[in-house]
Formats: sequence, structure tokens, C-alpha cells
Amino acid sequence: MFKKLIFSALIVLGTGSVAVAEKNSFYPVIPDVAFSFEGPFGTFDRNQLQRGLQVFTQGCAVCHGVNFVAFRNLGDPGGPEMTPEQVKAYAAQFDIYDPEKDEYRPGIPTDMFPAGSLDGVPDLSLMAKARYGFSGPYGTGINQLIKGMGGAEYINAILTGYTGEEKEEYGAILYRNTAFPGGWIAMPPPLFDGMVEFDPAADNSEAAMAKDVSAFLMWTAEPKLMQRKKAGLVAVLFLSFLAVMLYLTNKKLWAKAKRKA
Amino acid sequence: MSGIPHDKYEPKTKPEKWLHKRLPIVGLIYDTIMIPTPKNLNWMWIWGIVLVFTLVVQIVTGVILAMHYTPNVDMAFASVEHIMRNVNGGWLLRYVHMNGASLFFIAVYLHIFRGLYYGSYKSPREVTWIIGMLIYLAMMATGFLGYVLPWGQMSFWGATVITGLFGAIPGVGESIQTWLLGGPAVDNPTLNRFFALHYLLPFVIVGLVALHIWAFHTTGNSNPAGVEVRRTSKKEVEKDTLPFWPYFVIKDLYALVVVLIVFAAIVGFMPNYLGHPDNYKMADPLVTPKYIVPEWYYLPFYAILRAFTDDVLVVQIASLFTGGIIDAKFFGVLAMFGSIFVMALVPWLDTSRVRSGRYRPAFRFFFWILAFDFMFLMWLGARPAGEPYASLALAGTAYWFAYFLVILPLLGVFERPKAPPETIEEDFDSKYPPKPAE
Repeated sequence: MFKKLIFSALIVLGTGSVAVAEKNSFYPVIPDVAFSFEGPFGTFDRNQLQRGLQVFTQGCAVCHGVNFVAFRNLGDPGGPEMTPEQVKAYAAQFDIYDPEKDEYRPGIPTDMFPAGSLDGVPDLSLMAKARYGFSGPYGTGINQLIKGMGGAEYINAILTGYTGEEKEEYGAILYRNTAFPGGWIAMPPPLFDGMVEFDPAADNSEAAMAKDVSAFLMWTAEPKLMQRKKAGLVAVLFLSFLAVMLYLTNKKLWAKAKRKA
Repeated sequence: MSGIPHDKYEPKTKPEKWLHKRLPIVGLIYDTIMIPTPKNLNWMWIWGIVLVFTLVVQIVTGVILAMHYTPNVDMAFASVEHIMRNVNGGWLLRYVHMNGASLFFIAVYLHIFRGLYYGSYKSPREVTWIIGMLIYLAMMATGFLGYVLPWGQMSFWGATVITGLFGAIPGVGESIQTWLLGGPAVDNPTLNRFFALHYLLPFVIVGLVALHIWAFHTTGNSNPAGVEVRRTSKKEVEKDTLPFWPYFVIKDLYALVVVLIVFAAIVGFMPNYLGHPDNYKMADPLVTPKYIVPEWYYLPFYAILRAFTDDVLVVQIASLFTGGIIDAKFFGVLAMFGSIFVMALVPWLDTSRVRSGRYRPAFRFFFWILAFDFMFLMWLGARPAGEPYASLALAGTAYWFAYFLVILPLLGVFERPKAPPETIEEDFDSKYPPKPAE
């Protein structure tokens, strides 16, 4: 009887998963990347963030914005850490609308990055935190827990997931992308080998730039990541010490009652 | 305050006597923290302190967050990002508050299941149990209201789905839903009132917690052996108990700090692990997320809610007998609230005279199935709608109700429990035997 129950339960589970597999023949592929900021001791690589900013500025920023980030943040500790002069010069290359004067003027460090220029193009500020449900939307997040996979991996996979196939649907061109849910994305391939010249020279292949800009967008989503991990480490160490002290206090306190003294 | 005889506060100095005559507050505090506590309490009796601590943390971080938050549909999302990026230590406050909710619920579930296992709910502690259930309901409401405030996609659509439950009530449902939302749909009035209520309810919880503590200080703590403290004389009391201060304060503090190590690691290293990525997208009434999933702590009850569909026989029978007034949706809502209601009634549903599950082998078997069932329903609550999950959720729900309504009443009649120890002292001595020399 019991065996029969287990057997039928297995059949139900088996056929159930087959049915699900048939409905979604396309599974997005998100390869794991060993980013420097993963794990309890992970930190941002300042040079990588600066390269990522450059890729963002010359590539993504044509259409996308990072509207929750201010230019001054580029000089914050735990970020690209640009000098005040660099931040000023960087901000000045953007035309920012000034509501008080009702006109456009060059950006200053206290301005926010401009919003995207096209309708329906998502803001990228929080993209690295808004995407991490990999093992399906109902995943238990095991990949996230064990491999540290997150939105940065997703962004990297989108940028490098183009197969070159295209199709036209309702007058719009869609591009085959192995990482995008559904498999077809409206964004044309944004990166190509040698698109950006880094100074000092660094690997500017499509794959390397994708990683750099993914790291940069992780920083825009979680600018306090390094402070947070440091605070977490200090808290865990301090509390562990406190726990040892309290353990010993408790042991001594109860020793007489438990006849161990 | 306690019914157990013990040393009461005696004012000694002149100012103490002066104050005691007018307001015996020092005496109240003294009697509360010196309460005789069963000395055989194990490590499952620490969650109360963890819960009180978490409540204080949530209120303190919440009040500061409220100073920087803007309850307006156009600004709420940005104000949370402002807290995360520009407010000094704002990211820490917000992550502590966000994960504090998870700590609150994991602690309350362990606290509740401890009560279920050791029969803490049984006479004379029924009132403590009922107040506890009210606290739990208030926590669920507070958590839900708070989740709406960041105004992300899951906030918006969660609010839409949950307030929709009230819309399922026949006749008046739609009016109630409109009244709750402050309009025909989730919008600015909803966000404003949810913010006001999210600020209010924690203080209601504080009041209920005071009653909860008052109630069990009157009856005395339950304990793993499930036998009462002997209270005919102070000498006997001292054989069974130790004062709360310092014995249990230090023990609880130690346990609390160990729990906080895990909490600090989650806040520091993976603060978004328990959250939903969709809530980092601003609410958009025009884009429905592909899957709407509640926070993990609601999942078991969400699974019960969704278990009842039109093709379930009990739903069809209920619909037939009520002329269609009870449809599948309303049945699910009734089942969800009913699942908590039957848990609140457990003091009267458990007929066994033996209190602690430690001495009830058959009860233990069914209890652990219930604990597994709870986890199983939690897992099912996050699965997509459809087979085989719907049938499994129905089976899980059936066991939940069967445990409280059938198994517990019958077990008390048919089960042959083992003999519990005569006294708490006997239980304690069996673990820590007195030295032969004594």
C-alpha cells in the first residue's frame, strides 16, 4: 500500500514536470561569473568600476539612465572613487535640464544622472538587484546562496547572450538572446570588440566590457555594498566575542544549581 | 502579580517608601523580573526574549525610517532609495528593518510550535495562548502593510491580491475592499492609510505583549515537563524554580546574541536573499508581474488559500448548499482564516490530560507531521498554480485541519501516555543528579 502511494506520487511529480517542460521550451541561460564583490569579504574593484563607467557612458547611456545615482557618487568611497576634478569634468559632459532657469546647462556634481532618452527603456540604477531569480521565479535561490549569483550575472549574460538571429514582429526587430526571458529581446547587441578604448589600456573585448559594466551596475544598485559587508563582519566578530563571554557567564552562574561546581 | 509565592519588594529607604505609597512601580518591576521560573526550561524557551528584542528593534528602526520616508505614490520608491543612498546609515536601518521582519516571524513560528509541542496552551494558560494568537495576527497585518510601503512591484500587486481577499466576502465584500483601499484600486489613499496603520499596529502589539506577559506571569511559565510548580510553600517553590534574574536573563541574553550572529550575517552579507527582486522595480499598475509571491512567512497560509479551486468537492458542496454564496475564492479565504482560528482553539481541542509532548509518543508522531506539513505548505505556497501542487496543497491543508479538529481530540481519548515526573525538581534532578555527598 505504502509502496503504491509513493509510486503514484512519483508518477504525479514526473508527469507534472514533463508538462511544465513542454510549456516553456526556452530556458534562459545565466552563466556564473566570479565577480570580485561576491562573498562575505568581496570588494568592488575600483579600476573595473571606472572601466564599467566608461562602457556605460559610451554604450548604455545612449538610451538608458541611472536616475538614482548622482555624479558626486562617482567620488564616494567604495565606488569608482574618482577625484573631485574628474567628477566635475565627467558631470560637465552631460546636458542637464535646470527647472529653476528652465534651460539646459552642463551638469555639476550634485546633479543626478539623466533619465533614459527613449520611452520604455528601463532605468538601470537598480537592475542588478531587480533581477536575480535564476532557478526560475520560484527558485529557492540555491545558486544565489552557494555561487553568489546575482543581477550582475544576469546583466553580463544579457550582454553576451546574442546569437546573431533576428526576427521582425509587429514592425519591431527582435534579437535572439539566450539569457532574456522568452528568448527574444528588443535591445540590439550593445557591445562589440574594441568599442571603448581604455586608458590605461585594458582588455576591451566584448566579454571583458560586459563584465566591467555589469560590475559597475552592481555598484549603482548597491553603492554601500563594501560598507555593508564591513559592518556585517565587525558585527559578527563582536557578537561572537559577546556570545563567548555570555556563555561563560551563564555556565558559571548555573554551575551551582546544576551541581557542576 | 504572580500566583507563585516569592519574596516581594519591600521599600527600605525613605524615598523608596515615599514613592511606593504613591506609585508601586519599583515593586512591579522587581516582582516581574524576580519571578520564580521553572528551573528545567530548555533552549526552546528563549524565543520570547528574542521576540521582545525584535519588536523593540523594529519600532526603533521603523520610527527613524519614517522620518525619511514619503508616503506618496510618486515619491515613496525614490524616498526608500534616498534612505539607501543618502541618509547616514540609512542602508543599515532599512536592511535591519526589512530582515527584522523575517527574524520576527522565524522566532514567532518557533515560539508557537514550542507551545504546541509542550502543550503550553493547556489550562490554565488558555488566555496567554489566545493573546499570543492575536499578537500573531497583528504581526501578519503589520508585516503586510509594511511590505506595501516601498511601493515596488510586489508591494503594489501584493496589496491588490490581499485586499482582493476581502472582496471575496459575499454581499459586502466589494464595499469593504473599497473602504480598505480608500478607492476603487490600490492608489495614493491606500499607501497613506497603510503607512498610518503600519505605524500604529506595532504599538497595539506592544500592548498585547504586555498582556501576554502579565497572563503567563499570573499562571507561571509552562515548562518541558508539563507539571506545575508546587506552590504550597515558599520552600517548595524554591525547589522547583530559580528567579528570572539573573538565571534566565543571562541564559536568554546568551541565546539572543547567538541568534543575532546569524541575523548580522544575513544583514551584512545577503540582505536581499529573503526578499523578492521584483520589489526593486517601482510599482506599475499597468504591468502585472508574471508571478505574485508573498513573503516567505505568509507562504503556508497562501498555500491554504489557493488550495481550494472550483473542482474541489468540498467547495462544490459548500457552493451547492449555500446557493453559490460560498464560491471557491471565499472558501479559500475562510480556510485561510480558519486555519489560524483552529490553532487558537487548540486549548479546547486537545483533550489529553498530559500536558507535555515529551510523555505522549503518539502525539509526538502527529506533531512532527504537522511541523513537516507547515514547511511543506510553505514550499507549496511558492509553487506556480496548477498540478501537482494544487492537489498536494489540498492534502497539506487537510492534514492541518485534521490535526486540530480530529487527531488532537481523539488522541486524548485513545493515547496511552507515559507517566510525567511528579515535580519539576524530579525532572531537573534526572538531568543534573545531586552529588552523592549532599
